[in-house]
Amino acid sequence: MDISNTDSIPGRRIVEFYGVVTGNTVRAKHIGRDIMAGLKNIVGGELVGYTELLQDSRTEATERMIQQAQSMGANAVVNVRFATSSIAQGAAELFAYGTAVKVE
Amino acid sequence: MDGATFENLNLFLNFGLPLLLLMIAYFIGSMVERRHFSSIRKRENENRGYPVVSFDTMPDDWKVSESTMVAGNIVVSLDYFKRVIAGLRSLVGGRIKTYEPLLERARREALLRMTESAREQGYDAIFNVRLETSRLANSRGDGNGTAGVEMLAFGTAVKFASRFARTP
Repeated sequence: MDISNTDSIPGRRIVEFYGVVTGNTVRAKHIGRDIMAGLKNIVGGELVGYTELLQDSRTEATERMIQQAQSMGANAVVNVRFATSSIAQGAAELFAYGTAVKVE
Repeated sequence: MDGATFENLNLFLNFGLPLLLLMIAYFIGSMVERRHFSSIRKRENENRGYPVVSFDTMPDDWKVSESTMVAGNIVVSLDYFKRVIAGLRSLVGGRIKTYEPLLERARREALLRMTESAREQGYDAIFNVRLETSRLANSRGDGNGTAGVEMLAFGTAVKFASRFARTP
């Protein structure tokens, strides 16, 4: 499965469109990580726990998007975008969306 | 415990402790920032010459054999000292200088992580690079508590068809 955030797969020609595919995940913060992040807030700098959490969540959302594209018979997803929305206190939705296509 | 000791303890808890925290935050925070900046500069030098571009179409002379999407992210927070300074600054308005280096180094770090992951996977260049900033919700409803800013950099990494494919 080829994915790209441009409107084509470089060097390949799109032969068929299958429409928009999405993948999402809703995550809550881990209390242990939150306490560590609270301490880290005093001295500043990177909050490693959160960086990893968001990275994992984004990977999962992408995986789900890819699964949906595969079930449609597509072999690539183009124009992929990410979005984050905070749906409740301490929980956030991450989602990825793109256009499922077939390339040569 | 006599009256004087109690008074002193009270004074310490009310003024001494925040002041101590401020000083610790100031020294460690600025040390962390200096180190981070020197690490960023060093790694940026190592990656000089590796094409990372924000065009949404590839330059014509790039002949590509393979592509994938790469991303890099980081969540950062301000230290206590800088948050206090920023809070004071918001009374009178104007430029909040303490926030600027934080956002700058987070953005450069996210770009570097994206670049490094593409290099590790054997890709030769990245195009259509996009940057996104999002604020993480506070853990408490009152606006206090843990908060951070996430920087995300992502783009399409490509492998060149041959070693000399870029020469026009």
